[in-house]
Amino acid sequence: MAEKVIYAMYDDDDVLKDGAKLLVAKGVKVSDVFSPFPIHGIDPIIGVKQTRLGIVAFLFAITGTLLATYGMRFFMITDWPMNIGGKPNGTYLDNMLAFVPITFEFTVMCAAHGMAITYLLRNKTLPGMPAQNPDPRTTDDKFVIELKHSENSQFSEDELLSMLKQTGIIEIDQKEIN
Amino acid sequence: MHKEAAIREPLILGHKSYHDVTEDVCRSIEDKAPRMWYILFGIALIIGIYGVGCIAYLLGTGIGVWGLNKTIGWAWDITNFVWWVGIGHAGTLISAVLLLFRQKWRMAINRSAEAMTIFAVFMAGTFPLIHMGRLWVGYWTMPIPNQFGSLWVNFNSPLLWDVFAISTYLSVSLVFWYIGLIPDFATIRDRAKRPIPKRMYSMLAFGWSGRAKNWNRFELVSLVLAGVATPLVFSVHSIVSFDFATSVIPGWHTTIFPPYFVAGAVFSGFAMVQTLMLVMRKAMRLEAYIHVRHVEYMNIVIMVTGSIVGVAYLTELFVSWYSGVEYEQYAFINRATGPYWWAYWSMMTCNVISPQLMWIRPLRRSLVFTFIISIVVNIGMWFERYVIIVTSLHRDYLPSSWTMHFPSHIDLGVYVGTIGIFFVFFLLFARFFPVLALNEVKTILKSSGESYKNAPSHGHDDHGHSDHGHVEDNTNSNNQ
Repeated sequence: MAEKVIYAMYDDDDVLKDGAKLLVAKGVKVSDVFSPFPIHGIDPIIGVKQTRLGIVAFLFAITGTLLATYGMRFFMITDWPMNIGGKPNGTYLDNMLAFVPITFEFTVMCAAHGMAITYLLRNKTLPGMPAQNPDPRTTDDKFVIELKHSENSQFSEDELLSMLKQTGIIEIDQKEIN
Repeated sequence: MHKEAAIREPLILGHKSYHDVTEDVCRSIEDKAPRMWYILFGIALIIGIYGVGCIAYLLGTGIGVWGLNKTIGWAWDITNFVWWVGIGHAGTLISAVLLLFRQKWRMAINRSAEAMTIFAVFMAGTFPLIHMGRLWVGYWTMPIPNQFGSLWVNFNSPLLWDVFAISTYLSVSLVFWYIGLIPDFATIRDRAKRPIPKRMYSMLAFGWSGRAKNWNRFELVSLVLAGVATPLVFSVHSIVSFDFATSVIPGWHTTIFPPYFVAGAVFSGFAMVQTLMLVMRKAMRLEAYIHVRHVEYMNIVIMVTGSIVGVAYLTELFVSWYSGVEYEQYAFINRATGPYWWAYWSMMTCNVISPQLMWIRPLRRSLVFTFIISIVVNIGMWFERYVIIVTSLHRDYLPSSWTMHFPSHIDLGVYVGTIGIFFVFFLLFARFFPVLALNEVKTILKSSGESYKNAPSHGHDDHGHSDHGHVEDNTNSNNQ
């Protein structure tokens, strides 16, 4: 279903932030912001929740630790115990110190790759995906606020436009998106 | 936005706007390459191809074509490996450790330093692989079920720890680097006019759109990756040093090795970053972003890590005497006064004396001096590994086996060849990739850019910047 959206463009991140504050104070729902770099402090204003990717990274890290521990216990203790100069290494704990480096490396490897892949999937950024920024300049030096009519049904189109005009915009555009 | 004291030197010189940053970085990608680039690329390519030829000859004939002998079974191969891994330590240190410490100056150099890291680790990885002689069985280092019964790799061996450490380091550095590159590829994609580059960069940018939520995730992913990459940086060279430290060879069997190797790695890595950056900033006209202040910061890191390395050399000497082990003592006396005295004293001069000159402020702020020292340091660090490896082996417990190491022309060809391949990669990177982390540099423009910092009104809404004067005028005319 096609939906009408308004794109208001700014050329300064601080102006956009103040503008977003003003709009939100009046009860407007800002559905998204497009910017060429992270605008610090915009997330609480427009209601973007803190990402939970940190938890994902931790879960992947634990998985890595457990896999490495289980793997090395199986390879070196259960399946093919080695007699190295008769040293006591019959149990996992006897031999554990030698397993620390690989356990650590494997933990890091799983955490980093697991989180990175989750990040790409959640962002829907994968090779060959189409870009969704409304204007090519938003990856250069312009900042865009996106308002959806459906989310702001209590305001008329003119009301939204006039409110946007008070926030120091440089351009405004309306589009229908799917 | 963090405010910075006015007394701090700005990190971005001149009156730059966000758009200027984009222009300055994309210029070299969008313009035709200068003739100098083709000349350098040609030279690097010829040297690289010669190296590949030497490697092919080595693989076809066997590693007997190296100058190794019964006494010295490890020489240039592992020296070059450790040298390249060491160089590969600067990039992730700059982008991870300095990110955790919130050092803003890292943003000018992290992208290219990380690229340098990845290419250097590629070159490092070449050596253990070709030293197997049978490259095609390289996958035997992985614990995979096989047809030889339940035979696994030895998880007690530091050489296997190295396999895991280097592959983790390489792949995590690559991911870290690429995640930072995605938004910058999007910038180039949105500027590209010709169809082929447009399609190429669209593919590389993964459809990045710069939504608030994307940036929210981006920042956390960068932080967490930095958090896991920081201990990784330290672990990798510690594990490389275990290759030696867990042996019982006098001169190698030393508990000081891990910190000493890590400091040496950072030392040589930063020197390599200096060598490359000083040329790159000039050739790509990035003087406003990478300037004397950045060079000075890096020189301070070189000075500190160089001093740690110096202290480690002296500690080693002291401990060999204090241990009372005559073999240990002889190993060190032999290093300094034996037939390899020239290598030892080259190492001492390059690594201990030259970084101390950085205490003098005009010297550490001099670009020419820095360039010379950066090359001297890497020569010294190559000799360090050569001294540790060859001088500890060439006179073993059996005097009838004592010998010298003479590198063959294949030794030389493979080593020089990896330098050529490294520069082929780096020049391609400088030509087609954004060499500055665009999105990160833009975030510090207002806090550390010269025009904003020293603007008379350091207000919140208007930063006295020329580009922002027309905001109000355009509001009405552009409405639809």
